[in-house]
Amino acid sequence: MAAVVVNDLVVRYGPLEAVSGASFCVQDGEVLGLLGPNGAGKTSIVRVLVTLLRPHSGQALICGRDVTDDARAVRRLIGYVPQAISADGSLTGRENATLFAKLYGLARDERRPRIDETLALMGLSDATDTLVQDYSGGMIRRLEIACALLSTPRVLLLDEPTLGLDPAARRGVWDHLQRERTSRGMSILVTTHYMEEAEQNCDRVVVMSGGRVLAEATPATLRARADRKDATLEDVFIALTQSGSDEGRGGLREAGRARRTGRRLG
Amino acid sequence: MRPVEPAAPVDDSADAVDASHVAALAGYVRVVGAMAEVEFHRVRRDPMVIVTRAAQPLLWLLVFGAGLSRVNELRPPRFSYQAFIVPGVIAQSVLFVAIFSGISVIWERDLGVAQRVVVAPVARSAIILGKSLGAGVRALAQVSLVLVVVAIVRIELRWTVGSVFGALIVSLLGAVLFSSISIVIATAVRSREQFMGLGQLITLPLFFASNALYPVKIMPSWLQTATWANPLTYEVEALRRLLLGAGPDRVLQDIAMLVAGIAIFVAIAARTYPRRVM
Repeated sequence: MAAVVVNDLVVRYGPLEAVSGASFCVQDGEVLGLLGPNGAGKTSIVRVLVTLLRPHSGQALICGRDVTDDARAVRRLIGYVPQAISADGSLTGRENATLFAKLYGLARDERRPRIDETLALMGLSDATDTLVQDYSGGMIRRLEIACALLSTPRVLLLDEPTLGLDPAARRGVWDHLQRERTSRGMSILVTTHYMEEAEQNCDRVVVMSGGRVLAEATPATLRARADRKDATLEDVFIALTQSGSDEGRGGLREAGRARRTGRRLG
Repeated sequence: MRPVEPAAPVDDSADAVDASHVAALAGYVRVVGAMAEVEFHRVRRDPMVIVTRAAQPLLWLLVFGAGLSRVNELRPPRFSYQAFIVPGVIAQSVLFVAIFSGISVIWERDLGVAQRVVVAPVARSAIILGKSLGAGVRALAQVSLVLVVVAIVRIELRWTVGSVFGALIVSLLGAVLFSSISIVIATAVRSREQFMGLGQLITLPLFFASNALYPVKIMPSWLQTATWANPLTYEVEALRRLLLGAGPDRVLQDIAMLVAGIAIFVAIAARTYPRRVM
């Protein structure tokens, strides 16, 4: 069963068409990587799926629920980590988690054990009562993922979750994500620029450029399509996307957000 | 691109929960409380902000009030001028805290905090009300400090538990009202600079075109009309009735005006806030 269905989706910002008829799906329990250069339309698709943005046309479903017509039900099914840092630095890790536990309606008696369990799974047990402004970049990302997991979502949507992190912190985030995915059987849709990360952690990848889906396959299948035997996913990605350069897309806002996120993660 | 088949809808047991009005109300209150609690934690960690911000209302009271208490036209028949402006100074400190609280909406949008809150399966009005109540937490801390100083300098007020408690409730309602107005402004502007400019533009007219510093009856008629369209007037009026015993039987009318204002601006902000965040 498909956990996420995106069907002929079109997203426009004024005259700019950010997503031009994209279609793909995420199967139940699958990790799908959405790859593409800046301005490819990845974040726009994620924002449609989390009900932040209404598409111009097309359809997007989460576990069979339409994100436009049934937004409230969709919000109960998803966990979301945006590209920008969303943890509140003026609160402790536990206070951040408590806010989200209450927003997602966790019962009073199950709140504390659930927060303790989720923070422990993300390796944050020793920092629960530390202010988030004193966390490292990797710890902040793990806290955000922990907050997104509190409601036991069916689908986890991560927009550049490892942007600005060093390799060790990136690996730490993915180790925890894979452990959670295995134990809870949830589906994950992740956007990333890091090809190596996608190759190691995604069951399948969708390559986008200029708002269009260029390829959808497992990393191994994509590599096999390359001319060279030793081609990496990055080689395949560059070959697929170089014809339709997105350098002029994305704009100041996206570039600014990425830089701010990188700066805050140190 | 291969066609994709929609999956069968999942069984959503939360619909059953929604059917219960009591559960829905409890959930609404929980979200309001959770949003306000965030501000409580911030105030708890940085109490000096409350102390430094209390300097301005105390200057109004102790310097401005002491000076103008010698003007015969301003002196009310039954109270000292300083006692007369205590409710106005309390309302002013609430206004100044609350009217700039909306800047957090712009910060949170830029930082990404707001996007995650908006995608939670909760009523947007509960988020707005909770954020506004958070401003109320900050305002109440400041009002309490002003009242302590007023007691220390022995300005004569109606010091009963009921009147002080009532004054705190009215201050809280005033903070929620002006904070929700502030959130509406924050959702209408593009930048923090615009927000600060607009906030400063409306703060002083709200303060001076009210009954905070002088009785309405000495104002020119056009200003009297403006005064009654100003929500700050109802807050000051309710505080004056409670703290000075000036017609306490009519305090519920003033409170009703504040509650009506809250309902209107929270409803507007609940529609505009998600657009600003998205």
